[in-house]
Amino acid sequence: MTDAVGAAVALAHRREWAQVLATTAQATGDLDLAEECAQDAFARALKTWPQTGIPDRPGAWLTQVARNQARDELRRREAFRRRMPLLVTDEAAAGPDAGLDDDRLRLIFTCCHPALAREAQAALTLRLVCGLSTSEVARAFLVSPATMGARITRAKKKIAEARIPYRAPAPDQLGARVGVVLEVVQLIFTTGHTAPAGPRLIRHDLLDRALDLGRLLHLLMPTDAEVSAQLALMLLIDARSASRVGDDGRLLLLEEQDRSRWDTDQINEGVALLVRALRHHNPSRYALQAAIAAVHAEAKTWADTDWPAIVALYDRLLTLWPSKVVALNRAAAIGMRDGPHAGLEQLDPLLADPTLATYPYLSAARADFLRQLREWDKAAAAYEEAIALTGNDPERRFLTERLEAVRRASA
Amino acid sequence: MAKYMLLIYGDAEQWESMTPEQGAAHDAAHVAFRDSAGVQIIGGHELVSSPVATSLRADAAGDVMLTDGPFLETKEALGGYYLLEADDLDQVVKLASLLPEVRAGHSGVEIRPVLEHE
Repeated sequence: MTDAVGAAVALAHRREWAQVLATTAQATGDLDLAEECAQDAFARALKTWPQTGIPDRPGAWLTQVARNQARDELRRREAFRRRMPLLVTDEAAAGPDAGLDDDRLRLIFTCCHPALAREAQAALTLRLVCGLSTSEVARAFLVSPATMGARITRAKKKIAEARIPYRAPAPDQLGARVGVVLEVVQLIFTTGHTAPAGPRLIRHDLLDRALDLGRLLHLLMPTDAEVSAQLALMLLIDARSASRVGDDGRLLLLEEQDRSRWDTDQINEGVALLVRALRHHNPSRYALQAAIAAVHAEAKTWADTDWPAIVALYDRLLTLWPSKVVALNRAAAIGMRDGPHAGLEQLDPLLADPTLATYPYLSAARADFLRQLREWDKAAAAYEEAIALTGNDPERRFLTERLEAVRRASA
Repeated sequence: MAKYMLLIYGDAEQWESMTPEQGAAHDAAHVAFRDSAGVQIIGGHELVSSPVATSLRADAAGDVMLTDGPFLETKEALGGYYLLEADDLDQVVKLASLLPEVRAGHSGVEIRPVLEHE
């Protein structure tokens, strides 16, 4: 029974946390208080459910307990201070919503308000929408729990003191504001996809959280093409995650991966979402990135990869989103299409770019083309550079193996 | 309702080198801002350029020292302010976006909530 309760509470925490917190915050207008009460409700579930049984609708039970407690607390505070709390229910509920009246949506848009720094947006989203502890959020972004605690406290203080409203944006603001939310979700996903440091290549906990958020946004805004495209991108990339690491923990390149381990259901779901998103006249950067991921996902073998299609998609992506990382990926794709000489030629102009100076994948891409050209010494130097720049253990191990192979070849 | 201070920062030289046409357009934008904000405006002034400022700070002995010039020697100095009353930050951002200094390139507007002492 206790095990079953523990599992039920853990599941409810993952699925219902945002709803419990958002509904409580909506009722109180006080994020801090709502968070405390939501935590208490989950703690109480652990104690109560072994006696009463697991309720049919755990989310409803938890929300009710959290909200009652918040109301009691507000009443106590009001009696104590004999004045209204800073934000009262009616005021928090006012304001134009784009017909997006889900409390969770308000919570997400509040966490991702553009007046907050991007790092704070991501941290608050993980903390408040996903219910991660401060130390878990700290681990995701490789800072100490104390630093992260201070960052989260500061962001919450700004929400309260600058009066960042607790509501979803008005229709005319929605486009711009959705973009910020999607960038935050994408940041969480990317951090999980290749952990910036540490013993594991992939942080599945973060990938799952990002996918949960993407699914939630899609559920709340089913007609938003950018939201669909971003979810499609995550699904298509995540579908390959089981094959990215060998049984020995070794990183496997796309060309070495066992494609039978790719999650075909997830690929189909991603492609279907993407097809709908692409009906829009101006595809978002997520739609183009998802299209690139789909070309990879649909190639039966590495040799079947449609590199001309991928280069064409990168061309469009680069016009829409002129990022150095996109330019690097495009250069690598051209190398795949036209051979290592062409690849190196494309990579050369990027070497002088300061934004890529500490980016390990530029050195790694050069190293690989040089290796193919049997320029052993130059390849070794490029591998050494890439090894020095990566903080991820499986990546470092992969690059070190390559470096050793290149050195043996030159000897 | 809460109070917010809009602090307008910019490069004084560039403000002073506006052509009469630019100056007229600039003033018209401020009129449009004041019309939109209406009664939400509690106060506001343009300030004389920052070299005219006098700064006060006490030394270790507690004697007040006067220095010629602004508190912070920066290229982008405080040029003026508005004090507003608004429901929330979004409302202030919407109004402040009307100020011409937001778009002038060398200048910008900082929003600071006012701490209310009871």
